[in-house]
Amino acid sequence: MSDAKPSVMRIVRRILPFATGVGMILLWYAIDLGMNSEQRFLLPTPGAVARAFVEEGPALWSAALNTGGGALLGFGLAVALSFVLALVLSLSPLVRASFYPYLMILQMTPIIVIAPILILWVGPGLKSVTIITFLICFFPMVVNTTQGLISTDRNLVDFFRMCKASRRQEIFLLRVPSALPYFFTGLRIGATLAPIGAIVGDYIAGNSAGGQGGLGFLTIIYSSRFQMGALFATAAVGCLLGFIFVAGVVVLSWLALHKWHDSFSQADH
Amino acid sequence: MMPDPSPPIVELKDVDKRYGDGPLILEKVSFAAERGDFITLIGPSGCGKSTILKLISGLNPISAGHIVVDGKPAGSVDKLAFVFQEPTLLPWLNVTRNVELPQRLQGVPAAQRSEIARRSLELVGLADRMDYHPRQLSGGQKMRVSIARALSVSPRILLLDEPFGALDEMTRDRLNEELLDIRQKLAWTAFFVTHSVAEAVFLSNRILVMSANPGRIHSEVRVDLPYPRTEETRLSEAYQKLVVEVSKLLRSVERLKP
Repeated sequence: MSDAKPSVMRIVRRILPFATGVGMILLWYAIDLGMNSEQRFLLPTPGAVARAFVEEGPALWSAALNTGGGALLGFGLAVALSFVLALVLSLSPLVRASFYPYLMILQMTPIIVIAPILILWVGPGLKSVTIITFLICFFPMVVNTTQGLISTDRNLVDFFRMCKASRRQEIFLLRVPSALPYFFTGLRIGATLAPIGAIVGDYIAGNSAGGQGGLGFLTIIYSSRFQMGALFATAAVGCLLGFIFVAGVVVLSWLALHKWHDSFSQADH
Repeated sequence: MMPDPSPPIVELKDVDKRYGDGPLILEKVSFAAERGDFITLIGPSGCGKSTILKLISGLNPISAGHIVVDGKPAGSVDKLAFVFQEPTLLPWLNVTRNVELPQRLQGVPAAQRSEIARRSLELVGLADRMDYHPRQLSGGQKMRVSIARALSVSPRILLLDEPFGALDEMTRDRLNEELLDIRQKLAWTAFFVTHSVAEAVFLSNRILVMSANPGRIHSEVRVDLPYPRTEETRLSEAYQKLVVEVSKLLRSVERLKP
């Protein structure tokens, strides 16, 4: 009996999330039943959302690809530039002191206000979406990576100096690898922000000239037509995009860290 | 040890040390180490024992006086290695790559590196752990890797800053014996910092007792127990007597107030 208990608990733990999901869908239908016909269009049933998925499938799919592309470009740009800037910032406290205020200003400036400026500068579409995504992801990644680069174990730095390591060796063989856990923390935050950034960017600066838009652009169209089912479906696709980004980063950080870092305990492999 | 007309391998003359405008850490420290000496620095916390190792290694500069290491100014000597209080291994590198690191930093070609790394690991008895990562090792094993890493540069001078302080007594005793075994084969000059009188007597042929505020060499004890020393050595009367003598000295030093 006592032997069986842990495994029973494990099965229960597996089942519970699904049970919660089923319960919420049932509740959803129950709410729908309780509404009169005038209210009913406000909350489409799960079935209606599923139908919208099928009907709007091609549009959703191509919009998801556009938004995913913009998110990936902006995210990639943010990864590369934040890494380079973090390297520069890690060189000295003086450099940090002279750059940080402006980074903060950049972070505090509302994107919604910057977007129209960007549209005027580079035009609507992918370029604007990429830059907006970049702006949203950039800051947490710079801050985390910089923190990692300057938090190197003092003893290890002494050891490198004792071995007469060059500045270059100290940075690339010591500081960068030991900053990886911080870098991936920043990456994970960035990965949750990138799809949101791309959708917001697309909402403001998507292809307003017509043609191919992303999820933000679809949102505008569906809401103007009161297509509630399609709006819910769009939200689900955006959510899925976020999951894909985060999962990608989790896999990358596992590959880079699982052999040596404590965040992946030995029981994991 | 043996009569040797060659000049001392390490010599400090009236060395002072202070950090910036801070208080004097070391005052008029003078001693000379012959080739093959195993010198232990022992004394109350804050007496500057570790600082002396850092001065010899050239990691920190002296504030006044003279220091000569292997015929050169401190800091320009290649055949010198440091073993820290912590194993200070790079957690993302496996054991072999950790041991190879000092050579890699000095630009030794990869093929040559791995051969030396393997030999160093054999010396510390960890040849079967070459592919492990540091976190898969016990505290004692990590320290062994750290020692193997120090040996990989074929040092003439080995500086050890309380390397076994964090280990349990049995592991510490065993590593003490292993360290002397390796020394038998590789004949370096060692400077060792510890808080343990037993360890100091067991390892060294010379013990420098230091006093604090500022750090000075208070007295020197010669340990004339014959090498090789083994478990039996710890049971001998001569060893016990020396432990008592050094303990008394240490206590008298701790009673000194500036």
